Amino acid sequence: MSDLAFLDRVDLASVMEHPHRRAALDAFRTAGFPNRRDEAWHFTDLKARMRDFDWTPPGDQAALMLPDLSLPCAVLRDGVWDAASSRPAPFMSRLVRNEVLPAGANSLVALNVALGQDGVDIALRDAEVGGTVMVVAQARANAQPITPRYRVVLGAGASLTLIEVAQGSGAYVHDPVWDITLGTGARLEHYRLQDDSVQSVHVATVFVTMAEGAHYNGFTLATGASLARSEFHVALTGAHGDVQLNAAQLLTGRQHGDVTTVIAHRAPHCSSRQTVKSVIDGMARGVFQGRIEVDRIAQKTDGYQMNQALLLSPDAEIDSKPELEIFADDVKCSHGATIGALDPEQIFYLRSRGIDEAQGRAMLIRAFLTEALEPIGESVARPIFEAAIDEWWRRAAL
Amino acid sequence: MLEIKNLTASIEDKTILNGIDLVVPDGEIHAIMGPNGAGKSTLSYVLSGREGYEVTGGSVLFNGQDLLAMEPEARAAAGVFLAFQYPIELPGVGNANFIRTAVNAVRKARGEAEMDTVAFLKEARAAIKRLSMPEDMLKRNVNVGFSGGEKKRNEILQMALLQPSLALLDETDSGLDIDALRIVADGVNAARGPNFSALVITHYQRLLDHIVPDRVHVLAGGRIVRSGGPDLALELEAHGYAGLEAA
Repeated sequence: MSDLAFLDRVDLASVMEHPHRRAALDAFRTAGFPNRRDEAWHFTDLKARMRDFDWTPPGDQAALMLPDLSLPCAVLRDGVWDAASSRPAPFMSRLVRNEVLPAGANSLVALNVALGQDGVDIALRDAEVGGTVMVVAQARANAQPITPRYRVVLGAGASLTLIEVAQGSGAYVHDPVWDITLGTGARLEHYRLQDDSVQSVHVATVFVTMAEGAHYNGFTLATGASLARSEFHVALTGAHGDVQLNAAQLLTGRQHGDVTTVIAHRAPHCSSRQTVKSVIDGMARGVFQGRIEVDRIAQKTDGYQMNQALLLSPDAEIDSKPELEIFADDVKCSHGATIGALDPEQIFYLRSRGIDEAQGRAMLIRAFLTEALEPIGESVARPIFEAAIDEWWRRAAL
Repeated sequence: MLEIKNLTASIEDKTILNGIDLVVPDGEIHAIMGPNGAGKSTLSYVLSGREGYEVTGGSVLFNGQDLLAMEPEARAAAGVFLAFQYPIELPGVGNANFIRTAVNAVRKARGEAEMDTVAFLKEARAAIKRLSMPEDMLKRNVNVGFSGGEKKRNEILQMALLQPSLALLDETDSGLDIDALRIVADGVNAARGPNFSALVITHYQRLLDHIVPDRVHVLAGGRIVRSGGPDLALELEAHGYAGLEAA
């Protein structure tokens, strides 16, 4: 079956009313879902996955529980702003999608623009202190892709901690797009939990543009979806910007998880730090592609990238593709990878202390996961992230 | 009581232990000395059940049980403790959690009640004080960022809390300054009693100034070539190991 057959069942009348959405739909139809022939998707064949995707939602679907956090929050259900559940901070509002947002060359962003569901607008004035807020995207089995858009604009010197939770049940395609703009010296902590249902497909695209001295700390914990990809495009456009882009993905069964990052150093004296940790069990497959681009003017760039993967079964797989594209001559860029099974020396040490192999393995995997949560520190969101790890743990039956 | 009879073992078809006979009665501390490559560490690994060592002959009875047939964790539960020559780092695993898990695993295997966190910490803090160790040793990750001396002291702390009936100390003195050496020795001496025996494996005599053994055995070429009282260690210190292989 064609990967685009679902479009025949989508009501496209509203799409046709807006020229830019119509153009985006055409762009998506022409490109289709990305596949292995696209270099950026060499390890993740989304088109193949979409060919046999089950788009038929069951008639009666159970309601989903919201995570219990006493924080300002915006709740989207199946891509639609849920006014009853949302308790937005004053600087958060429903993003109405009749304005033109960039579609770019990415067919998934084009799909997001074309189908254009609700979104969340977060705008902080200069020097505004936003505290901690939450965005929850819940979804259930759906006959068409769920395509929310999030726009985050932080004025000069503003700061915010943003916790994003994606969760759901049944088979659906979640295609969120984030446009994040950080003003001079602005600081955003962006903690993402991708816990979409194990039948779902999650393909998120996050654009971050950073002015001088801005700080972006992104951490993604991905435990959900049958196929997931988090794709980041970060542009450091002013000097002394600082980006941390960390991710941990936990994969079991036949899950496929992909973290792809492109960090463009377009100004001098910026630093980027990335650590991606993957725990892969069963027949699951992980991918990390990290590209660091350093423009000619981006002298004194400090770039670092590390990929750590723990393979827990003989059939587990990780594909790692670091790419450094450096046009400046005075830079420090490095990357590394450690990929392997649990260390037999560590297992023996535990066994020699009376801890049997199964419990020893569990302790060591837990330790790896605990370390993976370091980027979020003791954030109020930590219990939600730990609960997601527990839930994955039960599923993997380690 | 530990009874080793004609034990032979090899690594990758290379014979390392060449017929060891050794009896360590309850309550006694025996030292195993010998030159590098004599098989000292191999003996401790074979006794603790590390993979990669093939026992090709002989037997080891521990309190009448066939030790070699037991999994490493079962040996620990039966009361065997190996203090590693190079203790392993466990990033992300808190030391208190690690030791408590070990203590409870051993207690469970022995049919004893598990200890809760409060009771464990009370006991662990008391042991730390007794052994003059820094209290933050419990809070840190297992052996991560520990100095060589701290790692060895952490082994002794584990020994104190696991309360084994047979301790195998594999070159526990290597890399220790005199203060750390004394702490380690104090830890072993504190454990001394009718239900505790130990094999102290060392290259040098100096540890034996602090842990006075009941017997000293010289291991060379994969077998025990001489046995004697504590004075044997002094003799070896004075004359070296030369010529012992031929004995």
